[in-house]
Amino acid sequence: MFRKFSKEDVHSRSNVKSSVQRTLKSKLVRQFPKLEPVIDELVPKKSQVELIKCEDKIQLYCVDGQVLFFQKFDELIPSLKLVHKFPEAFPTIQVDRGAIKFVLSGANIMCPGLTSPGAALPEAPGFENDALVIVKAEKKDSPLAVGRLLMSTEDIKSVNKGHGVELLHHLGDNLWSFALE
Amino acid sequence: MSLRNVIYCGICSYPPEYCEFSGKLKRCKVWLSENHPDRFAQEYGSAETDETAAKLAASSIGDEREEKLEKDLLKLQSKQENREQRELAKKLSSKVVIRREARTKRKCMVAISGLEVFEIDMKKLAKTFASKFATGCSVSKNAEKKEEIVIQGDLADEAEAYIHKLLEEKGMKDVKVEQIDTKKKKKPTTDADASEN
Repeated sequence: MFRKFSKEDVHSRSNVKSSVQRTLKSKLVRQFPKLEPVIDELVPKKSQVELIKCEDKIQLYCVDGQVLFFQKFDELIPSLKLVHKFPEAFPTIQVDRGAIKFVLSGANIMCPGLTSPGAALPEAPGFENDALVIVKAEKKDSPLAVGRLLMSTEDIKSVNKGHGVELLHHLGDNLWSFALE
Repeated sequence: MSLRNVIYCGICSYPPEYCEFSGKLKRCKVWLSENHPDRFAQEYGSAETDETAAKLAASSIGDEREEKLEKDLLKLQSKQENREQRELAKKLSSKVVIRREARTKRKCMVAISGLEVFEIDMKKLAKTFASKFATGCSVSKNAEKKEEIVIQGDLADEAEAYIHKLLEEKGMKDVKVEQIDTKKKKKPTTDADASEN
């Protein structure tokens, strides 16, 4: 999603009204209920959220010059900066060591990388197809990517072939290095 | 329940545990040992050799794949280093050209080109010049379709001093900054301007 992305793709920047900010926060909590205790710390009441509209109808939301989450369609997707701050709040899957290299260059995650001994998937019932997940790696603390499941975790376990996760945002992509002045 | 504070590597911007995948591992290690020595010890251990052996033993993806991965990472690293060296050489060999162009009898303008190699934001610099010298300053494309900064007024020396300072801050002291003085050129645009007036 952010393979080609630069300052030129920014169409407009504007400050978000506080009422809209409130609905955004509640939406974020609805999507990720575990964020509730820290939401005020992430987006303080007094802070100003900035909305950056970009090419391809991507919208970034920034607090204090840091992109915290973005949105392509209806769903809010957390950026890695936010995920690193509070990784427990998001549904997590884990890839093995061999896959890290490919994930960091932006490849979709293949099923075998999710089912090998170094990787981990949640116990049944797991996550549904199309769910948003963050991707951790074997023996690493911080998550390295945010993606969307292309099949449910149970299917990944049983089929074990082909694309498992569509990568949306990873360490070192252009959104990661995107800096606001 | 509180937020985590993740350290980001100053060299490759990843969290330190992913530095090995960035291809800049050597410089990352130096940075980490200088800035976060405790984290460095935790990440890379005290004895380097023991650590890799332990990693191999504990690895879940099999010795063969682990070896291949290690090889690929080394390759990536050397590639990255070569690229950096090339870029540095390019930077050192290129130069900044400051051209003073006379416009009318006592008026002139200054055009600065060759800055894009040094990762300087031209628009920002133009804005700084405009407010620093209280004059008009903009970024425009020159005859070779390269971007250049155009300052109105006879400010070549001041601009040169400022650019020298800027380059020194970036650690590139030996970059040449050249001044050229061109006499009034007959440009079609300036002619048109003159006839309008």
